[in-house]
Amino acid sequence: MSQTFQLVVIGAGPGGYAAAFLAADLGMIVAIVDKEINPGGVCLYRGCIPSKAFLHVAKIINEAKHAQAFGIEFSGPKIDINKLRDWKKGVVNKLTGGLGQLTRARKIKYFQGEASFINSNTLKIKKADGSSEEIGFKNAILATGSHPTVIPNLPPSPDIWDSSAALDLQNIPDNLLVVGGGYIGMELGTVYHELGSKVTVVEMTPGLLPGADRDLTDVLYKRAKGMFAKIMLETKVVKMDSNPNGITVTFADKEGKEFKEDYNKVLVSIGRRPNTENLGLENTKVKVTDRGFIDVNDQRQTTDPSIYAIGDIAGNPMLAHKASHEGRVAVEAINGQKVAFEPQAIPAVVFTDPEIAWCGLTEIDAAKAGREVTVVKFPWAASGRALTLDRTDGFTKLIIDPKTQRVLGVGIVGAGAGDMIAEGVVAIEMGSVAADLKLSIHPHPTLSETIMEAAESFFGHSTHIYKPKK
Amino acid sequence: MAEFKLPELGENITQGTVTKVLVKISDAIQKGQNILELETDKAVLEVPSSIEGTVQEILVQSGAVVKVGQTILKIEGGGSSDVIASPKGEAIPERTTNSVEIASSPSAPRNDETVTKPDADQGSTASPLPNDARLTEAPQGNNPTPIATSTAPIPIRNDISAAPSVRLLARELGIDIALVPSSSPSGRISNDDVKAYCKMLNTARPAASGSAALSRPLPNFTKWGPVRREPMNNVRKKTAEHLSFSWTSIPHVTQFDKADITELEKFRKNITGTQTATKPKKISATPFIIKVLAAALKKFPQFNSSIDMSTQEIIFKNYINIGVAVDTDRGLLVPVLKNVDKMPVLQISDELSAMAERARLRKTTIEEMQGGCFTISNLGGIGGTSFTPIINWPEAAILGVSRGSMEPVYIDGNLVPRLMLPLSLSYDHRLIDGADAARFLRWVCEALQQPFLLEMNQ
Repeated sequence: MSQTFQLVVIGAGPGGYAAAFLAADLGMIVAIVDKEINPGGVCLYRGCIPSKAFLHVAKIINEAKHAQAFGIEFSGPKIDINKLRDWKKGVVNKLTGGLGQLTRARKIKYFQGEASFINSNTLKIKKADGSSEEIGFKNAILATGSHPTVIPNLPPSPDIWDSSAALDLQNIPDNLLVVGGGYIGMELGTVYHELGSKVTVVEMTPGLLPGADRDLTDVLYKRAKGMFAKIMLETKVVKMDSNPNGITVTFADKEGKEFKEDYNKVLVSIGRRPNTENLGLENTKVKVTDRGFIDVNDQRQTTDPSIYAIGDIAGNPMLAHKASHEGRVAVEAINGQKVAFEPQAIPAVVFTDPEIAWCGLTEIDAAKAGREVTVVKFPWAASGRALTLDRTDGFTKLIIDPKTQRVLGVGIVGAGAGDMIAEGVVAIEMGSVAADLKLSIHPHPTLSETIMEAAESFFGHSTHIYKPKK
Repeated sequence: MAEFKLPELGENITQGTVTKVLVKISDAIQKGQNILELETDKAVLEVPSSIEGTVQEILVQSGAVVKVGQTILKIEGGGSSDVIASPKGEAIPERTTNSVEIASSPSAPRNDETVTKPDADQGSTASPLPNDARLTEAPQGNNPTPIATSTAPIPIRNDISAAPSVRLLARELGIDIALVPSSSPSGRISNDDVKAYCKMLNTARPAASGSAALSRPLPNFTKWGPVRREPMNNVRKKTAEHLSFSWTSIPHVTQFDKADITELEKFRKNITGTQTATKPKKISATPFIIKVLAAALKKFPQFNSSIDMSTQEIIFKNYINIGVAVDTDRGLLVPVLKNVDKMPVLQISDELSAMAERARLRKTTIEEMQGGCFTISNLGGIGGTSFTPIINWPEAAILGVSRGSMEPVYIDGNLVPRLMLPLSLSYDHRLIDGADAARFLRWVCEALQQPFLLEMNQ
């Protein structure tokens, strides 16, 4: 065995590298094992960052089109797909390269390759150059992330994409089917729509973005209906067959009636599965639950005391910011600090147009738990800022405990909701009551005022909404 | 299967010691049927079931300490209850009218003999004094886990109004944030709340064992001969804790005086003699002293006050309730006679004897022992010339009464035999100056000397 590390982090996504960096800053001798040449993981290489780069482009195209309404007309966009792809690659390389520098600056040993456990204190690394090496560790953090769920029994075809393939931007299909109306499908559907594809979305459940409150998704649905060629809800994909121009998809509607449509490309975005295969977990005491997640305690320690697990493999929600936070908790626990992963609110953001963001308790959760809540909403039609953006299709809502008046949840739909939700997270984490939000001066004219005014309306009055007295 | 959990028993009562389990496995029980006898701080309560059905399992035994919310019985079948936990079995029992009634009137008529102390063997297996290990084994309880010993994991709390930094502080201190009381009207827990709670746990711990100042290890007494160790009962524990606190937190001074009660004694015997009711009553001196005290407290209001050092205020009470120390087989109890200033002496006498009787039969409720303004402790029936009573916190003073005796007293140039009653007044020197204490006690003595004036004032 060549070396022994105090901490080995397996997987250098936003959870893994945050953990490794903190551990190094705390003085531990740290190693990272990851398949890529630099840290970043799915988030930077094939997820959050490239999709947001494309969504920014989509927004520009859309706004240019929309400017017609103000009397400003642009000619249609000319898209140089190679240049666009290179620009995205540039963004990704700049970020991941920066992380590589930070890794070296912190004197973290970086192994490019795949790791598997030999036992609870030894790891075998199959390196990218073909050689292999065994290293010892006192503690390990598993942060191997997740991969797109595949539909079983599909024909092997270059015309069936997962999210990674869609982000490669090979071409802009005339007809694109998005299977799954979750956040990945809706975001990438939006990108391809703005780039010129006719996009159809098919979703098994009765609504888009399962898990989000319906009033939020209704606003998106309304806009998406006008944007996409078709949105088919409560519809299943039965079968896909290759044809010379792409894929013939057989659907079944909720009565079970089958019908066929042809598409040039199909994007399958029906969820993600944790990566727990081929890690040699059977050589450790780590337990994997039925759903494929790794069993962890409040400190993210697995059933094997020397091994911790964070991020997508440690359970839902599969979100980068949750992984980073868990990574820091795990490292501090390893460092002997008394910590626990106990967020009161984890923000979720869908970068569609309009954006949807929420945190803390949802109305769905409250109903499930039978918990009494007061919901107050402020429609963006009453926001000056929304009018100047010509984006009044949105609202801000607060979910409040009627007894303590504490803010339990925040939901926002509208342009820029993703940036605004942070205030909701802080409010919930700080244990704010409705009056705290009402009494905090929010800058004018910004969309953040809608949070303040929603809080005002909890007390029965709001400056920009008149409610006749009962 | 339903679970019956120990309901809320009244203000500030979080636990009690089971003195008797009144049901057996496979008993059919009705709603309202008493299933448990519980000794709380100073009263024995009967706990009625809020569920009907057949007892499947009894999860407590005599001598065990049970906490509010702890499961007592598992009951099969029968009607549901308003106290049953939610299907998840985690709900905190609701405060039902049923359980509130228990606290205010615990005493269905019952025979004193059946109220027994836990047997010695049961007592040793389930000692009522929760030691540290036991507390950490049962992190579910309402009682705070002492901080130094919290090796048990602190549960994740998802519904707490406290900033992340405050939650982290609590975790570092080993405190379950859910137990920290908030000082804010919104219920939000601050850094200072966590620190105050921590301080409270630290000071409460030695006090709880009745030895605030004494933490020195005991010598091995068996070196000098055989010894016997016996667990303190709840009354003893509470007395030890309460008196340690009173003694260490109040600067005591005791003032002595003697009252000439020769005339009072004649008057008292006279009243006794004129009683023409079916059975003649004997009136002791205590009701007269109480009556005099009621008048004295009106005249000297600082003796009917409490000190609030945290706000630098003195709280004056516009009511006069007097606690009377009662000697029982379990130890000292202090039931309180309410609004004694509005009662004639005969009524005070009646209520006093009824109250003492209830205390000896263990039927005194918690409420009856609360709300006192001033306490009187009369040891005259036993003997002694004087003693220094400890103030019953948060009161301002206490009057100790010793045995009266005939003494030669100089009156008008002659030595005459007079019945003299020794009185000892302990007072809180923060509230009361020595001169005022001397005046107060002199006033009491003079009032006792002239009992006729007292009745006329009434």
